Amino acid sequence: MPKKKNGQTQKRKIGRHIITALVENHFGVLAHVSGLFSARGFNIASLAVGETEDPTVSRMTIVVEADDRTLEQVKKQLNRLIDVIKVVELTGKDFIDRELILVKVKISSKTRAEIIQIVDVFDAKIVQATDQTITIEATGDQQKTQAFLELLEKYGIAEVVRTGRIAMER
Amino acid sequence: MKKMTGAHILVESLLKEGVEVMFGYPGGSVLPFFDVLMDAPLRHVLMRHEQAAAHAADSYARVTGKVGVCVATSGPGATNLVTGIANAYMDSIPMVAITGQVKTFLIGNDAFQEADVTGITRPITKHNYLVKDVRNLARIVKEAFYIASTGRPGPVVIDLPVDVTVAETEFTYPKSVTIRSYKPTYKGHVKQIEKAADVIVKSKRPVLYVGGGIILANASQELREFVSKTGIPITTTLLALGSFPETDPLALEMLGMHGTAYANHAVQESDLLIAIGARFDDRVTGKLDEFAPHAQIIHIDIDPTAISKNVEVDIPIVGDCKHVLRELNKIAKPPKIDTWIKQIKTWKKKYPLKYDTKTPGLAPQFVIEKLYEATQGKAVIATGVGQHQMWAAQFYKYSLPRHFVSSGGLGTMGFGFPAAIGAQVGRPNETVICIDGDGSFQMTSQELATAVVEKLPIKIALIDNGYLGMVRQWQELFYKKRYSHTCIGDTCPPDFIKLAEAYGACGIRVTKEAEVMPAIKEALKIKDRPCLLDFRVRREENVFPMVAAGRPLHEMLGAMA
Repeated sequence: MPKKKNGQTQKRKIGRHIITALVENHFGVLAHVSGLFSARGFNIASLAVGETEDPTVSRMTIVVEADDRTLEQVKKQLNRLIDVIKVVELTGKDFIDRELILVKVKISSKTRAEIIQIVDVFDAKIVQATDQTITIEATGDQQKTQAFLELLEKYGIAEVVRTGRIAMER
Repeated sequence: MKKMTGAHILVESLLKEGVEVMFGYPGGSVLPFFDVLMDAPLRHVLMRHEQAAAHAADSYARVTGKVGVCVATSGPGATNLVTGIANAYMDSIPMVAITGQVKTFLIGNDAFQEADVTGITRPITKHNYLVKDVRNLARIVKEAFYIASTGRPGPVVIDLPVDVTVAETEFTYPKSVTIRSYKPTYKGHVKQIEKAADVIVKSKRPVLYVGGGIILANASQELREFVSKTGIPITTTLLALGSFPETDPLALEMLGMHGTAYANHAVQESDLLIAIGARFDDRVTGKLDEFAPHAQIIHIDIDPTAISKNVEVDIPIVGDCKHVLRELNKIAKPPKIDTWIKQIKTWKKKYPLKYDTKTPGLAPQFVIEKLYEATQGKAVIATGVGQHQMWAAQFYKYSLPRHFVSSGGLGTMGFGFPAAIGAQVGRPNETVICIDGDGSFQMTSQELATAVVEKLPIKIALIDNGYLGMVRQWQELFYKKRYSHTCIGDTCPPDFIKLAEAYGACGIRVTKEAEVMPAIKEALKIKDRPCLLDFRVRREENVFPMVAAGRPLHEMLGAMA
């Protein structure tokens, strides 16, 4: 029986995966990482970078859309970059993730109360309000922020800004 | 402690790294460096184009096993290196490329001869550096050589602003390198090696598929020991030619698109494929879905990203080929494969490499055979890219590692001649032959000047058919013989003999079989300058066997020719 060695023609399941990478905190490293993704055709859903407790090290939280094989390559290729110290995939592990979003929603005298109620339920914060719009700050894991946005959709979302997810193992 | 300029520090650091020769081209941003170089015990081969400098350094690394070094100025000098750096990257060649850069405060200002070299070379280097402070220079040079030559080797670029080369600091060269994020795996996993040995002894139709990694790891000896111990037949990729003697009965020679029919059949029928230092390139595998369909795969490679990239591997062993083979040699037992060996012998008999000997005119394959005969297979062969490259791979029989220099991954036309220069500089006492096409040669033929000035006795065997032969072959087979822009001249231009003579090299034209051997012998006598042999071969000869792109390996055109 010929064995299927390659999945090129097979349908492979694409999922979202969270990878965190500890990298050297010098210039050019972000370019190396983002260059790698574009050169190899990997899809980044979000990428967040910041200094860690050690100022010589930065942590990148990268959300990628990939099937298992591509994901494996993403991790290996990241590890191959000289400035990447450690790569951990969090998906499937016990982890905490957060994202901060700013959302500008259209309001009217009719909808104002409803929206404020949603903001309360989601433990979000109104950071600015005008006659026509209010701007809300919300944080949470992906499920929460997603649900929040979906609820607000019907009122008319004027603008959304999101930080991308950051994540940490428990 | 006395202070030194960046340029002095760079030269001293290169000397500490044991660099004896570098290939390059000067320019504004590297003036301070070249000024220091003038008095340094370091040979600099002045090329006529920066691309050739990169290729020569690449080839020097291939034949000597040392790190090749090339240098160019900022902007156009650096961008001219790019093809050569990409070439070295694709074939994992240890190389350090030093580029000048505009003054640090001008970077990003679109200054004269400025290019974002670290940006441009990021995807084609193993690593690159922009040196912003002279105090980091020595450490960076040390790291660059370490990174280039360890793990899976590759090119490293050091981009050096001119003001850094004139700035001064105290010089101490670091004794060792510690890069916390870079620790290549050399030792293979013991359990995995045991598992491999176990599978090997039980296999019925095993084949070794060996790639350029075996040469890079200097593991030819271990490979030969493994074959003599287990009796497993072996095929090599283009880059591994010479790692195992092709004259051995167990040698299947090259596999892939223009591989031998017996190598391709053996791979397709095998039940165990032992891949060593190879990366399952599409020119090797043909249609991936149907590659080695019955085989379990063991893959030994130092680079984890190479494993299961194209083909799913059953037993991965991450480690240095040399180390893993040594361990494997301690425990491997020969499988019982008499029937398999018999089958392979039958294939070898049935589908030998052949060519048309009846059609009038000079057969290119005949020329290669005679080169092999005349040099007894001991010459260093450098090639360009195209038909001549494949014939050089097929009809010259290689037995020595680091004696075949060719652009594999990138397929860079114009690589051959500067590569021959790098090879002759690296192996001054050996015969170096550049087997080139008339198309490839014309991409870097200006280097005749370099070879003449340096008195390099390179033999250029020009397989001259007046076509971009490989492209023409594809047009013949797949584009209804519509030879769009592949005819580059029948007898002229240029007159290659006059071209060679214009540079002060020797030129001999060969049009008949009977003239081939005398011309080669004549060329081999010349020791003080290059000699170009213009072999006017049959114009529309094709390379066979051939697996069409995207077809499985066993579907070969012209295997029975």
